Amino acid sequence: MTRDALRLYVHYVRVSIRSQLQYRAAFVMTSIGAFLITASEFIAVWALFDRFGQVRGWTLPEISLFYGMISITWALCDAIARGFETFGAMVKAGDFDRILLRPRSTVLQLLGQELTLRRVGRLLQGILVLGYAATAGTIDWTVWRVLLLLASIACGMCAFLGIVVLQATSAFWTVESLEVWNAFTYGGVTMSQYPLAIYRSWFRGLFTYVIPLGCVNYFPGVAILGSAEPLGTPVFVGWIAPLAGPVFLILCLQIWRIGVRHYRSTGS
Amino acid sequence: MIAEARPGPWRPYCAIVSARFRMLLQYRSAAIAGLFTQAFFGLTLIMIYEAFYRSAAVSARPMAFAQIVSYVWLAQALLAMLPNVDADVRAMVRSGAIAYELCRPVDLYSLWYARAVAHRTAPTMLRAAPMAVFAAIGLPLLGLGEWRLAPPASLAAGAGFAVALVCALALACAISVLINISLLWTVSGDGIVMLVATAVSLLSGLVVPLPLLPDWAQPILRWLPFAALADLPFRIYSGHIAVGSVAVVLGRQLAWTAALVALGRWLIGRGMRRMVVQGG
Repeated sequence: MTRDALRLYVHYVRVSIRSQLQYRAAFVMTSIGAFLITASEFIAVWALFDRFGQVRGWTLPEISLFYGMISITWALCDAIARGFETFGAMVKAGDFDRILLRPRSTVLQLLGQELTLRRVGRLLQGILVLGYAATAGTIDWTVWRVLLLLASIACGMCAFLGIVVLQATSAFWTVESLEVWNAFTYGGVTMSQYPLAIYRSWFRGLFTYVIPLGCVNYFPGVAILGSAEPLGTPVFVGWIAPLAGPVFLILCLQIWRIGVRHYRSTGS
Repeated sequence: MIAEARPGPWRPYCAIVSARFRMLLQYRSAAIAGLFTQAFFGLTLIMIYEAFYRSAAVSARPMAFAQIVSYVWLAQALLAMLPNVDADVRAMVRSGAIAYELCRPVDLYSLWYARAVAHRTAPTMLRAAPMAVFAAIGLPLLGLGEWRLAPPASLAAGAGFAVALVCALALACAISVLINISLLWTVSGDGIVMLVATAVSLLSGLVVPLPLLPDWAQPILRWLPFAALADLPFRIYSGHIAVGSVAVVLGRQLAWTAALVALGRWLIGRGMRRMVVQGG
């Protein structure tokens, strides 16, 4: 069953890539555009460090680790989750009926809607920033730290996917993809570019216990840097905290199931 | 009153503005959802700037923290005012419906400019007022009074801000029309539109307050038209630009507007001469 699902997903992806490459020039231009947009975000971060030197003792190479990790994580999630992000339009048009009629899971079909290639712009920018962080001499790389980095990115994709699934689920009730969720996706990316420790406690709590973006980025990031967490969190937390991402996704998928059961077609 | 009695040449443009305006005001729920997101972004940014300010020497601060806070909230409130492409014009260029635009008995540049005015003001008015209420009154009620949007530095600063904002709108519309015109050359103008949008938000102060950018960049920023869109009005509001210098800001805004309108008129003529209407 799983192998069959995987094969179907690969097929979806191949179709999606082929259709996007029909407009090669548009793909190249929008990818470059996305690269420059995200690069301008990093210019802003760089400018602040150029002027102030450090933030609460954190330096630019250290921040670049958090920044690079979250950019890569969100770019990958954003590329696979397009079907959920545009789910509001699907509900509005009544197209979700078709998905329900097919003998495959709704999640698989929505993931298969599109693999958005132009996200490569943000991905590339994240890789460059991470590359800077990795080679700036602040990180003492070990095999375990590399594995933790990769695991954090994978778990982070789960956390973001969970948010996007919640966004789609809300469309069952509002028949619209609410921009509110952008606060946690795009806002979560902006928040995660800086160490969680610089924020107020209510904000830290929100992004640790409710929406676990801090668990998949900040805590493992501190463990990779090998520095002491300023608020006194023990080092081992960074090695297990990323698991909060998959747990969050599982919870969100339960809510999604409730939403599907609640679904009434618009009929149009 | 006079316009009612004697239809002037501006009548069709006023009609376009008011028709677009009413259409755009339909998207109220999107505006409310946007309010939450922008409030959240504003709070995140303020916490980041606060952290930098707490770890830096006073001498390293080009603006007072309260001025940064008002800058952030004004940017969140007035985000929709920044130049952007007219999605309808983009669709028309792609589908070939642009041909109908040429048949209308009005001046094309003025038509697009009037549309830009509606597109920049309607969503701004929907978002700015609730955002300002939240930032000025809501935050103190939530116990976050130090992050609130303070009133203008003085009555004169408030008046200067209001006038500079109107001039910023005129300039934003001139740039918006230039973006539309660029579509006549590129057809699928997504790349150019994205590039311009990025440049505008970075160079106007929307990504980071311009005074925080490096000192060597300041003269360049000053001589580009983009600071006049957001940065200069915001700094008049907070008193970072003295009331005595407001006239210079207004002069700069109006000069850029005049220059870019002239450029737009010249380009639209050339673009139309060489334009190929997409059939189908």
